[in-house]
Amino acid sequence: MSEILSVSKLNKSFGGVTVARDIDFALQAGTMHCLIGPNGAGKSSFFRLILGEHAPDSGTISFRETDITRMRSFERIRRGISVKFQVPGIFKALSVRQNLEVAFQHHLHGHNLATTVRRVLEFTNLESEVETAAGVLSHGQQQWLEIGMAVGVEPQLLLLDEPTAGMSPDETRKTGEMLHELNGRGITILAVEHDMAFVEQIATRVTVLHFGAIFAEGTIAEIIDHPGVQEIYLGTADE
Amino acid sequence: MPEVSGSFLDDTPVEQRSRAAIWLSRLEGPQTMGRGPVFWAVVVLAVLGAAIYPQFTNPFAVGNTAYFMVWTFMAMGLGVVWGYTGALSFGQTAFFGVAGYAYGILTINVGAAFGFTWVALIISVALAGLIALLIGYFMFYGRIRGVFIGIVTLSVTLVFETFMAQTAGPQWRVGDARLNGFNGMSGMPPLTIPWFGGDILLYPGIGLYYTLLAMVVLCYLGLRMLLNAPFGNVLVAIRENPERAEMLGYDIRLYQMLAFGLGGALAGLSGALYTAWGQYITPSSMGLTAAALPIVWVAVGGRRDITATLLGTLAVLYAFQTLTIYGSQYALIVMGALLVFTVLVTPDGLIATAMERIGRLFGKTRR
Ligand SMILES: Nc1ncnc2c1ncn2[C@@H]1O[C@H](COP(=O)(O)OP(=O)(O)OP(=O)(O)O)[C@@H](O)[C@H]1O
Ligand SMILES: [Mg+2]
Repeated sequence: MSEILSVSKLNKSFGGVTVARDIDFALQAGTMHCLIGPNGAGKSSFFRLILGEHAPDSGTISFRETDITRMRSFERIRRGISVKFQVPGIFKALSVRQNLEVAFQHHLHGHNLATTVRRVLEFTNLESEVETAAGVLSHGQQQWLEIGMAVGVEPQLLLLDEPTAGMSPDETRKTGEMLHELNGRGITILAVEHDMAFVEQIATRVTVLHFGAIFAEGTIAEIIDHPGVQEIYLGTADE
Repeated sequence: MPEVSGSFLDDTPVEQRSRAAIWLSRLEGPQTMGRGPVFWAVVVLAVLGAAIYPQFTNPFAVGNTAYFMVWTFMAMGLGVVWGYTGALSFGQTAFFGVAGYAYGILTINVGAAFGFTWVALIISVALAGLIALLIGYFMFYGRIRGVFIGIVTLSVTLVFETFMAQTAGPQWRVGDARLNGFNGMSGMPPLTIPWFGGDILLYPGIGLYYTLLAMVVLCYLGLRMLLNAPFGNVLVAIRENPERAEMLGYDIRLYQMLAFGLGGALAGLSGALYTAWGQYITPSSMGLTAAALPIVWVAVGGRRDITATLLGTLAVLYAFQTLTIYGSQYALIVMGALLVFTVLVTPDGLIATAMERIGRLFGKTRR
């Protein structure tokens, strides 16, 4: 297996708050990997560093063997990274269709664009909401829309920040199925998640962040049995 | 979960449509109100009405309406920059002034023969657009955003006004063109069309009216197509959520800069046409009052729809002129009150809100 993403000695602080502390991290291509950790552990910040929204104080980030540490965000995206943010990053005033069109139109045009939009609508169960303004969708539907925006032009790497937050158990299960299907198409997935049942449903490997540092890493069974992890995280998992 | 086979990317051959057909189809679309036969019938009737209007009124009213049309380009440009892209520029008048003075300097030096006035118009507009691109580059690539864009652009126009106002001395001249400080520059030739046996002067009469009417219609239709094209969708996406737009792979600063350049060029078109129309330009056309008025026009009509911007601008200009008869300070106060009323009661703009209502009556809103 090859590494699709590798991070080495990554550091970042905001004033007194250290959000990344000597992070060394490797993501194997084709896997579904979960990132867990208590609130404020630095999970979202880690994503923002990968995406180039924050510049690291030191360290390097490589994506598919290319050093992307100094690259602008949009250039990283064009190399094959997609993201769904923790707070739904959809265009609320635009319709579901327009959201998808904007997401795909720099790769696809005309007929191809229309077909892809239709297929993604099917995939995300949003066919009946095509003309609805995205802002009035249910929370779960907004999350799906954003996943759809992120995967229509198939990325190599999909970053998902709490994809099931605010979802019903049924929606959560459906989301898990969606992710398995996307992974089956060859998309590597890195997801931040609080719901341990969901982590069990999707993840092959789990990394635990604590105070901006990697605290533990292993298979889901190893992490669940890890005494330190239970102490810092699982014991207080119900946020 | 529905079974989706293979990739989302389509493998069937792309439907062949000509470029022209694609662009024409963009006359209607998600970023502009109004579509379908009823809407276009109203548009055609309005243009026909404007075309026969000179037959039913006096030369003064015709010249006056031409004067209103001169301003609509700057308003539509501000609509693109502010309404569609979300960057409130307080300095469109700087580009208006640049192009106005450029037109004056060029035509006073070169004259009007062989249709040079049109060449001068194009050069002036291009110059305004280039300066806007340059300022846009420093603003957007320098990560200036929100209210600071308003402050930077307002500063630019006020600096330019102050500079031009102190050019009274005889040393301030470009070739034959005296800049003339606060009193402004005058005596430049109006637009002319070269013709066998004598140029046709497009001076306040009917000729200029029809020329401007054609330009307004072309500019309006062109902007509709551009705003419904992928470019326009990205501008709206940037307005709605710039971070998300960047994270979809768009170089948002480039888009913002291009939109700002377009807005500057359109303001420049108004400036050059204004100078050709009245044969004078003064620094006060870039002053604080002048800079604020386009914002009133665009906000009152509706900044997020190009049709509302155009109609609103014409309506507010007409109202402003009517009120000015009772005193220009009084008119400005009413404009201020109108702006406050709009912001509080119909934040999307009076015309845009009315169009939305009418559209709903016909069961038609935006796609
Ligand atoms: N731009 C910033 N400036 C200053 N502090 C920040 C900034 N971004 C994040 N932080 C701080 O860094 C810490 C980590 O935040 P982050 O959002 O990465 O945590 P998280 O693990 O995603 O938490 P959650 O589970 O609540 O989403 C927090 O204490 C947060 O307040
Ligand atoms: Mg977070």
